[in-house]
Amino acid sequence: MTGSAQAARAVPADPAVPRFYRVVSRREDTYDTVTVELAEPTDPLPAFAPGQFAMLTAFGIGEVPISLSGFGDDGDGLALRLGHTLRSVGAVTRALHAAGPGQLVGVRGPFGTSWDVPSAAGHDIVVVAGGIGLAPLRPVLLAALADRSGYGRLLLLVGARSPADLLYTDELHDWRERGVEVAVTVDRPDNGWPGHVGVVTTLLRPARVVAEQTVAFVCGPEIMMRYAADALVGLGVPAKRIRVSLERTMRCGAGWCGHCQLGPLLLCRDGPVVTYDRAVELLRVREL
Amino acid sequence: MTAQTQARVAAHPFFAALTSHQRALLAEHAGPHSFADGDRVFAQGAAADRFWLIETGSVAVDMRVPGRGDQVVETLPAGTVLGWSWLHPPYRWHFGARARERTEAVVFDAAAVRQRCAADPVFGYAVLACFTPVIIERMQATRLRLLDLYASPNEIARAEAGQAGGQP
Ligand SMILES: Cc1cc2nc3c(=O)[nH]c(=O)nc-3n(C[C@H](O)[C@H](O)[C@H](O)COP(=O)(O)OP(=O)(O)OC[C@H]3O[C@@H](n4cnc5c(N)ncnc54)[C@H](O)[C@@H]3O)c2cc1C
Ligand code: FES
Repeated sequence: MTGSAQAARAVPADPAVPRFYRVVSRREDTYDTVTVELAEPTDPLPAFAPGQFAMLTAFGIGEVPISLSGFGDDGDGLALRLGHTLRSVGAVTRALHAAGPGQLVGVRGPFGTSWDVPSAAGHDIVVVAGGIGLAPLRPVLLAALADRSGYGRLLLLVGARSPADLLYTDELHDWRERGVEVAVTVDRPDNGWPGHVGVVTTLLRPARVVAEQTVAFVCGPEIMMRYAADALVGLGVPAKRIRVSLERTMRCGAGWCGHCQLGPLLLCRDGPVVTYDRAVELLRVREL
Repeated sequence: MTAQTQARVAAHPFFAALTSHQRALLAEHAGPHSFADGDRVFAQGAAADRFWLIETGSVAVDMRVPGRGDQVVETLPAGTVLGWSWLHPPYRWHFGARARERTEAVVFDAAAVRQRCAADPVFGYAVLACFTPVIIERMQATRLRLLDLYASPNEIARAEAGQAGGQP
């Protein structure tokens, strides 16, 4: 940490003003997705919790919401390093995807609700991820593994489009070695794929989820989350103990502009993580 | 039928909604079956004269695509049922199936079960009521996969542009 960073500690974060962070590492996860580590802030932001998101600026191009996928809290309540996984889909994410070590990125945050992993202490953690949805869930696993004895079984069920789209393949292996029950399924196998083929919900039954002991964390495309959460409810997991991460267009990130409204919720403030008992009816309303 | 087969049918979740008497009737047409890794369970187009409760292991459902070999469309884990083409004419497998690992199963004589279903509608309805949710679940899963939810927005835009361009 630089001296100026330490001196900046007392300055409260203005949610509207981006801080400068530098890309210090960049790992290509798939053909369109990278994980970047941002560090060396001129003025560090407060610590991020798993599930929260940042507004990342590619200067001269624009700003997008991106969830925390790795580090976010270096102690002392500061985010000296931030890990983000982003998929190149449009102008801003393309620019951020291309940003190499040394490049400056604007960061605002932390925004939104967290996965609140510690409140699942003593329970089995069931993580259900679809596609890029594994990125915001990665810190859930990292937090649970860092306090392994605090939780029961750790289950990770991953759905991906194809083997080439799978994120964190090295880590999946490592997590398995560390006792996480990992199951992966793809929609489109290639000829060498030895694993499951089908939707992610088909992994639930063989995983022998024990409903009364489970807290579930679900992230992926909205329809996938709905099916996965409904399947968990079907197995007996109470909707209150299922947490989903919802996405809507974000602009201010701070509850001012209303862009992220979903019924009574402003998802930048009341979300993105909400319990399924709150989300279920909202997700059924076409107009929202 | 042996008491052991009856116990295996009773222990499997697929027929859990049946009465123990109905399960015992079914078990009269059942026996144990195991597959080695890679064994073909059935081939597309062959007579659909059996069905299986998968107890351990898993099975890949596949389809032969000219020039691409056997393409896996779905894998079925332990705890589920394999095969329902025996329920309706023409009683031929629409897909193929192959064991993906050593797999233990209970196999049923489908024609005998079908005859019993026809002769005893209460029994037949109860058996069908076990199959229907699985059929619905798999159809919904197929529809979800048709939506290609994980596709990149870029790819979807390209596909939609292609479709629009292709219209008269
Ligand atoms: C709370 C939150 C957390 C997010 N976390 C991540 C993350 O960790 N990693 C990541 O890669 N992305 C994440 N996203 C999605 C990301 O913000 C968008 O992909 C991004 O805003 C697209 O901006 P763009 O300028 O690159 O592309 P645009 O030109 O704005 O969009 C390109 C295409 O992507 C589609 N698109 C835009 N936003 C989304 C979205 N949210 N979901 C699906 N399709 C979208 C658009 O409809 C368009 O077709 C998150 C979104 C939210 C709201
Ligand atoms: S993004 Fe402005 S209110 Fe939520």
